[in-house]
Amino acid sequence: MEQLTNNKIKTEEYFVNMGPQHPAAHGVLRLLLTIDGEIIKNVDPDLGYIHRSIEKMCERNSYQQIVHLTDRLDYLSSHINNGAVCLAVEKALELEVTDRVKVIRTIFDELTRLASHLLWWGVMGMDLGALTTYFYAFRDREMINDIFEETCGARLTMNYYIPGGLMFDLHPNFVKRTKEFLVTIKKNLPEYDRLLTGNVIFQKRTKGVGILTKEDAISFGTSGPVARGSGVTCDVRKIHPYHAYDRVDFNEVLFTEGDTFARYKVRMQEMWESISIVEQLIDKIPEGDIKVPTKAVIKLPKGEFYQKVEAARGELGVYINSTGTKNPYRLKLRSSGFSNLSVLNHIAKGGKIGDLVAIMASFDFVIPDIDR
Amino acid sequence: MMNIPLSITSTIHDWLFSIMPEGAATFTEWILIATAYLALFAVAGLYLVLLERKVAAWFQFRLGPNRVGPWGIFQTIADALKLVSKEIYSNERVDKFLFNLAPYFVIVASLMAMAVFPFSKQFQGFDINIGVFFLFAISSIGVIGLLVGGWASNNKYSLIGAMRSGLQTISYELSVGLSILTMVLLTGTLQLSEIIEVQRTGGWLIFQGHIPAVIAFMIFMIAGTAETNRAPFDLVEAESELGAGFHTEYSGMQFAYFFLAEFINMFIIASIAVVLFFGGWLSPFGITEGITWFPEVLWFVIKVFMIILLMMWFRWTFPRLRVDQLLTLEWKYLLPINMVNLVFMAIVIWLNFTL
Amino acid sequence: MSYFSDIYSGIKTLLTGMRVTGGHFVRIRSENITQQYPDNRDTLQMFERFRGEVVMPHDENNEHRCTGCQSCEIACPNGSIEIIWDRQVDPATGKKKKMIDKHIYHLSMCTMCGLCISACPTDAIVWAQNYENSVYDRSALTKVLNQPGSKLKAGIEE
Repeated sequence: MEQLTNNKIKTEEYFVNMGPQHPAAHGVLRLLLTIDGEIIKNVDPDLGYIHRSIEKMCERNSYQQIVHLTDRLDYLSSHINNGAVCLAVEKALELEVTDRVKVIRTIFDELTRLASHLLWWGVMGMDLGALTTYFYAFRDREMINDIFEETCGARLTMNYYIPGGLMFDLHPNFVKRTKEFLVTIKKNLPEYDRLLTGNVIFQKRTKGVGILTKEDAISFGTSGPVARGSGVTCDVRKIHPYHAYDRVDFNEVLFTEGDTFARYKVRMQEMWESISIVEQLIDKIPEGDIKVPTKAVIKLPKGEFYQKVEAARGELGVYINSTGTKNPYRLKLRSSGFSNLSVLNHIAKGGKIGDLVAIMASFDFVIPDIDR
Repeated sequence: MMNIPLSITSTIHDWLFSIMPEGAATFTEWILIATAYLALFAVAGLYLVLLERKVAAWFQFRLGPNRVGPWGIFQTIADALKLVSKEIYSNERVDKFLFNLAPYFVIVASLMAMAVFPFSKQFQGFDINIGVFFLFAISSIGVIGLLVGGWASNNKYSLIGAMRSGLQTISYELSVGLSILTMVLLTGTLQLSEIIEVQRTGGWLIFQGHIPAVIAFMIFMIAGTAETNRAPFDLVEAESELGAGFHTEYSGMQFAYFFLAEFINMFIIASIAVVLFFGGWLSPFGITEGITWFPEVLWFVIKVFMIILLMMWFRWTFPRLRVDQLLTLEWKYLLPINMVNLVFMAIVIWLNFTL
Repeated sequence: MSYFSDIYSGIKTLLTGMRVTGGHFVRIRSENITQQYPDNRDTLQMFERFRGEVVMPHDENNEHRCTGCQSCEIACPNGSIEIIWDRQVDPATGKKKKMIDKHIYHLSMCTMCGLCISACPTDAIVWAQNYENSVYDRSALTKVLNQPGSKLKAGIEE
């Protein structure tokens, strides 16, 4: 059959733009595809449509003001991004925050991770055609947003952590509301498994699609659930623990197949791990101060400082190069999406367009994270 | 030509023939029937769109449109007014004649198919003795409209969408035809009113032909959803893949034609299922037997809406299939099972095991 | 043989999925989460810490608590606050003191980060909970927070 096609019928490749304006894609990312019939020959991503020069703006802001800019990178894990900058500054100043702050930051980070994974699940179903999963995921995510809104006042760009602690104290209703939410989410997650994970159509579209081998995952620099789906242990919470992660008991979720279904299962299982971390900590929030007093104008000592955290999409790194003044000389953000995007061409070659959609859904890109 | 009717339709018929010469009266009757069908097409199309939006919303924890009129019943009229007032534009390099002709193929095919259905004992536009065969042949004409529309748009994405849609429809017509044939074995006639007559005396066909009929129904539902390009087989209009498929370049009223035609096709597939499997306009256990035409039409409409609800349920639950998986499903699973089922039904009838 | 078991297990998973959505379809009355927005404005209450916009509360004598120290202007990352101040003679003590003329707040540029509110030493500015901030004319988004004729409440500096 192959011989017949190659010798007798001549086909040509053509270029298709999966363009920046797309009715239901993940953001402003332009992919230039070279297609032969239905088979993809080459994927060329074209970035930069939402570049807002955040790193340059950070060079003229003081350290407390940098925190609110990192909210807008990967806006679905905003607390975790804020935590990265605050930890970098605290590490440079050699400040030790109180236990209460560490535990509260851990709980908020895990709730953020849950919210981000819920949205990812909804959007993955929607990309593959099951349009109701979006609404089911958002119903649960609303409860997390309500929890955050009661304490921080905002639903997306929170800006609650500051170098030295938290901006203000928890709301008295926080523990009660979180416990109610945990009861509901534990009842809803198996239902989501029944709706999408076990579905034979879904499994046929994701099993064996977009296989990323372990060596490739390490050599391209992927991190997060993308790498853990191929068997690479890279969870920053286990390797370099921060906040209160050394005190809680949780597993790092690894699968070895490396296809889209493995990355899907990694995220579904991570949701259960997040729920278990919140459950372990929610009753044991220690009393104490919310803020460690810092000077009004923070000046870091001369030198270079690096801090990495595990955002919902992978490893986020903050590099600060300071010359002793009140603004950083250079601030660089190592984003997880940028390294994950570099793998796309390698694994989408030879597949079909439908496979490309499934692979991009499983990578869970948030384009402002890639473009900064 | 026309079905010789009783009561309402016969009174109109006699009155017309009494006031005009015969030729003019026949002509007026044609116009009346055509207008009735066009009105039915428009109204059914509009309200099916509203029903789809409300049903979709109820699966998703929200209420559908409920502001324009109570329960949103004027919503589609508002949408239709909006579509009519849109500017019809096209770029200069489309093939003008084919571009404007394509929507009419699908409408003509749908209207002609609707003309054969028995809505009640008296309301049937065109009762010929090869009813089922006619239906089947007409629904194949709709494919031409899609292919022509995609080609004439001078647009890569439309062409890809149209090609995919064409091969999908052609493949699944086989399964639809074989399922229909399985049920025709039970009735022994192709004429639609006779099929309902057989069900009146012997019970609905899906009960008469127990196991093979149930299998034929399941295959018919799957192949029928694929015929009308609905999810889970809607890669033609998959929004997250390539724009909007073959109707990307159409706007305004022409887009409305394609859109309505999709819903009317759904209505047609559901009507075929109701007539062949569930007894058409007959009431269950014969409870309203013999009362003029109103309960009969009501039963028909209720049954059709139950099947349409089933098709909508499929759409909002399952993810989409990829192109090669779609074809694998048809040629490796549905077609062999269908043929075996046909033989099975033949054996069941020969050995007199029907109920 | 696996042909038939594949078909059977496939159909079973499809029916489980349909049962999930079907269950929600039937229970729509109790699980509906739509809020009929413009009709329920009276009963819609935001949380008390919700970040709507920055306001300066005035008490019944038309007095506010802003001393003109400019901490909020310095803390704001992108210059959404401008304070117009002057050194004037304070009638109560007779000494020259910094007093504010206008506290200008650009709602169009504000990122709702909250640094100004946590920097203020006298709690002069707080969050308001209104969420309907859209206007037809962009100049309506530049607000002057202190009302005309208001003055500083006595005894704030301590």
